[in-house]
Amino acid sequence: MKKLAFFVVLILVISVLIFPAVRFKRSETLYAGGGMWAPPSNWNPITPWNAVTGTVGLIYETLYLYDPLKDEMVPWLVEKGEWEGPNVFKIVLRKGLTWSDGKPLTAEDVKFTFELSKKIPEIYYSPLWNWIDRIEMLDERTLVFKFSEARYHEWLYNLYQIPILPKHIWEKKSKDEILNGTNEGAIGSGAYLFETYDQDRMVYLRNENWWATKLLGLKPAPKRIVYLRVLSNNVALGMIMKGELDISNFFLPGVPNLKKYYDIHTWFKDPPYMLSDNTAFLFLNTIKKPMDDPKFRRALAFAIDVEKIVRTVFERQVLPSNPLGFLPIDSWMKYYDEKVVEKYGFKFDPETAKKLLDEAGYKDVDGDGYREAPDGSKIHLKIIVPYGWTDWMESIKIIADNFRKIGLNVEAKFPDFGKYWEDLTSGKFDMAINNFGSQLSSTPWTLYNWLFNPEISEYMYNGNFERYKNDELFDLIKKFNLTPMDKTNEAKSIISKIEEIFLKEMPAIPLWYNGLWFQASKSAWTNWPSENNPYAYPCTWGGRWQMGGLMMLTKLKPAK
Amino acid sequence: MGRYLRRKITIYILTFFVAVTLDWMIPRFMPGNPILILVSRFTGLPQSAKVMYSYLVKAFGLDEPLWKQYLNFWIAFLKGDLGVSIYMYPKPVVDILKQAVPYDVALLLPSITLSWIVGNKLGAVAARTKKLDSIVLPIFYILTATPYLWLGILLAWFLGVVLGLFPIAGAYSFSTVPSFSLDFILDFLGHWILPFLSLFIVMLGGWAIGMRNMIIYELEADYVKYLESLGASQQLIRKYAFRNAVLPQVTGLALQLGTIVAGALTTEIIFSYPGIGYILLEAILHEDYFLIQGCFLFIILGVLLANFFIDIIYVIIDPRIRYSYGGEI
Repeated sequence: MKKLAFFVVLILVISVLIFPAVRFKRSETLYAGGGMWAPPSNWNPITPWNAVTGTVGLIYETLYLYDPLKDEMVPWLVEKGEWEGPNVFKIVLRKGLTWSDGKPLTAEDVKFTFELSKKIPEIYYSPLWNWIDRIEMLDERTLVFKFSEARYHEWLYNLYQIPILPKHIWEKKSKDEILNGTNEGAIGSGAYLFETYDQDRMVYLRNENWWATKLLGLKPAPKRIVYLRVLSNNVALGMIMKGELDISNFFLPGVPNLKKYYDIHTWFKDPPYMLSDNTAFLFLNTIKKPMDDPKFRRALAFAIDVEKIVRTVFERQVLPSNPLGFLPIDSWMKYYDEKVVEKYGFKFDPETAKKLLDEAGYKDVDGDGYREAPDGSKIHLKIIVPYGWTDWMESIKIIADNFRKIGLNVEAKFPDFGKYWEDLTSGKFDMAINNFGSQLSSTPWTLYNWLFNPEISEYMYNGNFERYKNDELFDLIKKFNLTPMDKTNEAKSIISKIEEIFLKEMPAIPLWYNGLWFQASKSAWTNWPSENNPYAYPCTWGGRWQMGGLMMLTKLKPAK
Repeated sequence: MGRYLRRKITIYILTFFVAVTLDWMIPRFMPGNPILILVSRFTGLPQSAKVMYSYLVKAFGLDEPLWKQYLNFWIAFLKGDLGVSIYMYPKPVVDILKQAVPYDVALLLPSITLSWIVGNKLGAVAARTKKLDSIVLPIFYILTATPYLWLGILLAWFLGVVLGLFPIAGAYSFSTVPSFSLDFILDFLGHWILPFLSLFIVMLGGWAIGMRNMIIYELEADYVKYLESLGASQQLIRKYAFRNAVLPQVTGLALQLGTIVAGALTTEIIFSYPGIGYILLEAILHEDYFLIQGCFLFIILGVLLANFFIDIIYVIIDPRIRYSYGGEI
């Protein structure tokens, strides 16, 4: 018995000693975090919001990239694309594109990707077929999109959103696999391959046969990207200080303080340290009294002290928004109408807020210290944000306080995310903060499409939580969408009218720009983008790789 | 023995049935709509979200009447299919559990069993003399009252950051891949030791106190007095007393082992250690009916199996049970 045990132990020891260990070389590996909150379980580009960050961008690629810093559409899989007529868009793919399994990427794959959503209307981009008439393939590299109604702005956005799928793999999948599959081991055309994963990490391996290396001379510097998931932001903070995390897109508390003692790299050397990524709006439920009164809503806009929130809650890592909620990027700001904002805009001025409420008939008639509605009914409102989102929790405490100072009985509440989302989408809330659809993009149409989604139904899944109905506005937004990109004057005159209605009606109040949280450690990699070296938008969140994350990888240098 | 087993098995099956039914019902009492939460992560165009919502509701069968959902659940369960997770869509629940449970077992099985063995020994030693008892018992009380969370942070800070002896996050280094090599095993153990200690040290206190109480109780028994009067050595008396005292401890062990899969949630969070606990918390926050059901099902199975197992062991180690059930052995 003892002899048997001895042999078993001996065999175990020998096998343990002969198996090779795998260790990623520090100078070849990039440790990234901030965009993965659940254990990686899905790499399906058909459900990009659920897929591990990098699925679209690193593994799968889009026709164009978009650089928000220069407001430039960068032809990517496409060599050139242009409007051949008011309803005809022609693209010519680059020669020599390949999938990571060696097969060539041709116009067939692009056509297949778009037409898949026609075959399977449950795919999220199937509404495109409401205005695409047909797609014609002229040759292996050339495709012509013929539109029944060319929606220029929406099309521009989709050109850098829709990931191109390999026809030779996806035509064999069943409908269930396409919609519900995890797509483990995904094969795309991108710079990185799916290597391995575990509960708390996703590992990408560089594609040494990437087409862009041959055709464009681009090679991403890290051989491997280990994208990690930590259960609390403090762990991420510790890791970046120890140099174990290279790029963090986490919101790390206390960064301004830390910068004094540790060499943590941020975009700006000084406040706000971070670029602006999306606008946080205070949504007012316009189907509930008294939020159905535009005069009431406008008064609220004058009462909010956003400066205080920016200073105390965010430690100056964000910027207060302009009255239109337009991010400070060229693609949006070129449509910013100064005259309209000067005439109808707002700023923090509680006295004006009180005056507007008085004029609109909201006075304290029963002497309880709070104003009542013109018809005498009591006003008691709640602002909600999800529990645990501490920066938003503190912000609405300040906002509720601001409103109480102008005589309104408003409370800040923090339900669990599930309840918050249910109340927001079902129209049961009074006021709530949200920013899910106001990210930077190539056109402010995406902002207005989200703020004023015209299809008002029982559940508002994505946008127009305030349930604001204004047919004139919806028409203007549609007209804007139908205006070709080069007809800027025409577009400007349409959007000025939209801006005017927005400011007069104020169904959602823009508050501040949530930042692109970006902190980097220079211990293993250098040449990070910054205000002095703004070569790419340093974001590793899902949906942003094609807006700069990928380009950043090609320009990083190992620290030596 | 046969009759004993048959009765036990019937009771267990009934308990299982009731527990699983409750397990199925409870998540559905939560207010809120899980599909809405799933769609909320969607940052595409608003029109597309509507399409996804109606599709997903159908796919998860949440538009069917409740009694039908209940029936579907049992049918799928008997086939070994626990459904698809909403929180980690589209991963099947069984896969999620398969990947997370080994970490829990690796962490909790050694800590529970080792703390049981060591705790019992220490408790028995403490019951020897009054002097020793009065010194050691307060220590045990402090240990068992210590929150896992606090001890974990303390260990992480002192041993991990100040002394730099052990890593403080993850199950294994981010720079390596699982392999059956010495390097990986050492790496894994290095990441494992701190979470293990934070559980071991606290649980040990509890067992020690229990054992010490049981020994003292046993030492008052008639048979001990009889042995003393016969002039038996203290060692022999202690040996017999220990055997009797250990019986309730075995029951306690069974219950603890069964809840292994509930995980040590706070430990997982502090050390970013993978496991079922955190997944269960996230499932509840995301109202993921199927994942919650799956996790709790595991716990129910674990508890029932452990209990059943211990019932069998009891028959073997406690002759009184055998005889009271008609003594067929």
